[in-house]
Amino acid sequence: MYKRGIYKIVSNESLTDTVYKMVLEGDTQYITAPGQFVNVELPGKFLRRPISVCDYDDKSVTLIYKVVGEGTEQMAAMKPGTELDVLTGLGNGFAVEPTVSKPLLVGGGVGVPPLYNLAKTLVAAGSIPMVVLGFNTVGEVFYEKEFMALGVRTVVATADGSYGVKGFVTDAIKGEKLEYDYVYSCGPMPMLRALGGMITVPGQFSFEERMGCGFGGCMGCTCKTKNGNKRICKEGPVLRTDEIIW
Amino acid sequence: MDSKAMDIQIRDMSVELSGLHLDNPVIPASGTFGFGAEFAEFYDLDILGSFSFKGTTKEARFGNPTPRIAECRNGMINAVGLQNPGIDAVIADELPRISRIFHKPVIANISGFSVDEYAYCCERIDKQEQVGIIEVNISCPNVKHGGMSFGMVPESAYEVTRAVKAVTTKPVYMKLSPNVTDIVAIARACEEGGADGLTLINTMLGMRIDVKTRRSVIANTMGGFSGAAIFPVALRMVYQVAKACRIPIMGCGGVATARDVIEMMMAGATAVQVGAENLRNPYACKEIIETLPAEMEKLGIRSLKDIIGVA
Repeated sequence: MYKRGIYKIVSNESLTDTVYKMVLEGDTQYITAPGQFVNVELPGKFLRRPISVCDYDDKSVTLIYKVVGEGTEQMAAMKPGTELDVLTGLGNGFAVEPTVSKPLLVGGGVGVPPLYNLAKTLVAAGSIPMVVLGFNTVGEVFYEKEFMALGVRTVVATADGSYGVKGFVTDAIKGEKLEYDYVYSCGPMPMLRALGGMITVPGQFSFEERMGCGFGGCMGCTCKTKNGNKRICKEGPVLRTDEIIW
Repeated sequence: MDSKAMDIQIRDMSVELSGLHLDNPVIPASGTFGFGAEFAEFYDLDILGSFSFKGTTKEARFGNPTPRIAECRNGMINAVGLQNPGIDAVIADELPRISRIFHKPVIANISGFSVDEYAYCCERIDKQEQVGIIEVNISCPNVKHGGMSFGMVPESAYEVTRAVKAVTTKPVYMKLSPNVTDIVAIARACEEGGADGLTLINTMLGMRIDVKTRRSVIANTMGGFSGAAIFPVALRMVYQVAKACRIPIMGCGGVATARDVIEMMMAGATAVQVGAENLRNPYACKEIIETLPAEMEKLGIRSLKDIIGVA
C-alpha cells in the first residue's frame, strides 16, 4: 500500500561534499519495510525523484541522497519548513530472514542508506549483523558512526585506501575474514555484480533503475529475472540473489 | 444542500462514445495505467469514464532495454517498447483482475507488427464481454515494410482498419501517431476504412542526451515524448481532424487539468484521455473528475455534450 502526502522538511544538511541528509515530518504508516523508497515531487520537474528510505519512525522519515543532477541539486538547496509532495511506501523492501544467524550487510556509496534501517530492524529482532561500507575515498565516507552506535561491527573500505581497508567491499570481506550466512546489499551495479559473484550464501540485493512513476504504472524500470519480468519500483528494488540474472 | 452545491450536481458530465455511455469523458490513456491494479491502490477506479489498458500484442513482449525513461521540461520520454504479457495472458489473467477493480466497459488497446497480428488480437479481444471499445495503436513499425509505422502512411492505416473491422463487432478506434506530415490524411483513411472513431495523439518522437556521458539518455536512443508540453500540438490535431471527419474522437496528449479536458472537447473531442500526468500524479484523473463540475459552472457549461467541437 502506498500513499501521497505532504511532508515538511525538518532538516536538510550535507554529510559529505555531495551527499545530503533530509529529515521529513509526516505520515509514515505506509512505510512497512527497510529498503523501500519514496518518490518526491519537485517544483518545475515533471517526474518525481525516487529516494531510498534510510530510516523512519512514527512521524518522520530520513532520506540520504547524492546530488547527481538538477533534481537532487534542487533538493540540496531546500530549507527546513519547506513542504514536499511525496509518495511513500513504494517498492518491495528487504525481508528479514528469521533463520539467519550471521547476516552481512554490504553497502556501496549512496547504496549505504537503506541498510541503516535494515541493521536497526535486525538488531531489534535479536540478530547481530555485520556491516561493510564501501566508498571511493575518505571524503565520501558517511554513517560509519551511526552504524557503530547500533552496536554492530562496521568495516569501512575505501578504493584508494585513504580510510579503513584499502580496496572494494569484496576485498574487505575477504581481508577481514568475515563469517556470514546471508548477505543483504545495496550499491552500484559493478559492486553488486562482484559481490554476487563472490558469495556462496543466499541474500537480497537492492537495485537501481531510472523510473517513470515509481509505483508500477509505466513499466519504465523492468528487468529480467529467473522468475520473469520484474519492475524495479514494484517487485523490486530488492530481489533475492537466486533470481538475479547478471 | 445549498444552491451552489445543487447547481454543481446538475452539471452533466456524461458523454456517448459510439453508443457507449460514459459517466464522464475522463479516460486514463494506454501505457500510463497498466491494467489498472496499481492505480486501484490510490482510488476507486469506478469514478472513471473508462480506461484504456496497456497495449497488447499477440506474443508476450519484454520491450526495450533500460533506461527507458527520460525527464524533459514539462514532459517525459518513454521507450518501454510495448512490454506486455501477450493477448492470451491478458484474456486469461488481466481481464479477470480488471473485473474485480473496475465495473464498467474497458477500452482494449491492441498493437501489432503486421496486419494479420492486429486482426488476430482484435478478433480475440472483441469476444470479451468486458471490452467496450477496441483501440488500435497504429504507431507500431510495420515489420514487412521496412519498419515504417502503419500510422505514417494513409494506405497502411486504411489496410489495418479494414482488416480489424472485418473481424470485430465492437466499436473500433484507431489511435493515430502525430509523427506524420498530414494527420488529416491518416484520419480520413481510417474513417474510409470503417473506423468507428479515432484516438489522437500518441506520443511524439523525441530524444535527450546526457551531456556528461555524451550519449542518449534512453537505451533505445529515441522515444515517445508526452506530458503537458505536447498539449497544444494534440489540441491542434484534434481540431483539424474533427473538422475533417465525422467519427468521434478521443482527444489525448498533455491533458493535466479539468480545464484541459474542456478545451480538448471544445476542439472536437467527445472523450479525453489522460496519459503521462498519471505517472507524476497518480490521483490526476480523480482530481480532474472532481474538479470538472466546478470548472463547468465557472464557464457556464450545463452539459459537456454541448461543447464538443464548438471552437
